[in-house]
Amino acid sequence: MKRFLFPAASLALLGVALAQPAPAPAASPTLRRLALPPETGTYRPGPGAALANALCLNCHSVEYCQSQPPLPEKYWDATVKKMKEKFGATLPPEAIAPLTQYLVEAYGKKP
Amino acid sequence: MEPPLSRRRFLQQSALAAAALVGTSRAEEVELPFANGARRLVAFPGKRPLLVLTHRPPQLETPFAVFNEGLLTPNDAFFVRYHLSGIPTEIDPATFRLEVSGLVKTPLSLSLAELRQMEPVEVTAVNQCSGNSRGYFNPRVNGGQLGHGAMGNARWKGVRLKDVLAKAGPAEGARQVVCNGLDAPVVPATPDFVKALEIDHALDGEILLAYEMNGEELPWLNGYPLRLVVPGYFGTYWIKHLSQLSVVGETYAGFWMASGYRIPATPGGCAEPGAAPGKTLPISQFKIRSFLTSLSEGAQVASGRDTLLRGIAFDSGAGLTEVQVSTDGGRHWEAAALGQDLGKYSFREWTLPWKPGAPGPAQIKCRAFNRIGETQPLEPLWNPQGYQRNAVEAVNLQIS
Ligand code: HEC
Repeated sequence: MKRFLFPAASLALLGVALAQPAPAPAASPTLRRLALPPETGTYRPGPGAALANALCLNCHSVEYCQSQPPLPEKYWDATVKKMKEKFGATLPPEAIAPLTQYLVEAYGKKP
Repeated sequence: MEPPLSRRRFLQQSALAAAALVGTSRAEEVELPFANGARRLVAFPGKRPLLVLTHRPPQLETPFAVFNEGLLTPNDAFFVRYHLSGIPTEIDPATFRLEVSGLVKTPLSLSLAELRQMEPVEVTAVNQCSGNSRGYFNPRVNGGQLGHGAMGNARWKGVRLKDVLAKAGPAEGARQVVCNGLDAPVVPATPDFVKALEIDHALDGEILLAYEMNGEELPWLNGYPLRLVVPGYFGTYWIKHLSQLSVVGETYAGFWMASGYRIPATPGGCAEPGAAPGKTLPISQFKIRSFLTSLSEGAQVASGRDTLLRGIAFDSGAGLTEVQVSTDGGRHWEAAALGQDLGKYSFREWTLPWKPGAPGPAQIKCRAFNRIGETQPLEPLWNPQGYQRNAVEAVNLQIS
């Protein structure tokens, strides 16, 4: 089963217009719903943050980056490539180097 | 008049939830003892405030103090681990179905009512994330940076996987059972979270399809309305919102079996930091562990006052035989008393009376032993994914 849960913020950043929802069919009386607390965080300010906010909030919240230990460029380069190659993140080739630079600056261990 | 505890807790929770909703900094924060260890405490649906590793997908860790409150981890404190953010947000228990397909004589589509008509079975079992305690790895490794709170012990009720498979009748050549739940990736290019169990394991009668946890229906975030319970095995196999079982004739090669959740094929599953990766195997059973729960790092104890040290131990079900405790940083060890036996897959309580000596620092360590000679290493073993830590943990105290 596939579900698409783009956070509104990243949709806006990607310039995607939200379509009008179709009229909902009468809900089943036994249907249950889950309402999760909204996340609030975005990527730390800095050169490249807009790129990270646009490309790295689609699948998960920023806490995944912010909770990693301060690791060197090699780690962030591998992580960005892993997101693209293993997890199917849509990352234009020219975005990889600036994203990596930004992540090292914002969350990594500086050389 | 004092409101009853449950109401008080509810009020506290609502306050925290409200703080989380408006995104103020009023939500409490705790600091795990490693770099970038700050975690907010937020109440998710069905949960008291827990340590947030990530909001989306929900990944929540149990505050360690909960493990000192009882051997069963309350449902609202039980840890949460999802991989993919497409978690189900609508479920209709009346139309929910578990599909059983693949190499079977009779494919099935079972409703919850039909599952509840089958023979119910209960087991008390620990669930633990493969990466529990990853934050303590040295050198640090990539992945979810967890303290010791990605584990919990519950009484699970459901039906045997074996009984469900028997209804379908595995056909000749059955080799694995591929298990999938309602959670899904955000984009189709991300591999869906799907796991496989060896057919012999699936048929050994130990694995449950649980619909109840500690006498209540499963919390949503722990897999409502049905989840796998794979006693003694790491949480990665305990598929939540279980909706599909497929019997296959080969070794399933999906990402989360063939690339993710693999450990070095070495004794102890360990590797040298920096060494070239060698042959790997799918992660499987827990390694034996024990913890001190009655005192936390930095606690003060009074010199000469009778103090009861208490903690928990568990293994993969081989059978705990002993827990030893040291109050002098590992120079001398003493056998602790083992508490009530809730079953071989459960947490087991241990206790040891102690009279702290002269004022100054003290270090408590504990280590468990089981019937097959396993115990915990004094020095942590390392592997590149940060899985299955089971080193002897030390808690530093101050005697005053
Ligand atoms: C197409 C979906 C997708 C996108 C887009 C994406 N990620 Fe991920 N990311 C994942 C998945 C899936 C996981 C978690 C896997 C798990 O739970 O084990 C993950 C995990 C992580 C982790 C935790 C460590 C790890 O390797 O598991 C970090 C750090 C991370 N992502 C950073 C990023 C950054 C930086 C970007 C932007 C360049 C990004 N992600 C974009 C899917 C994505």
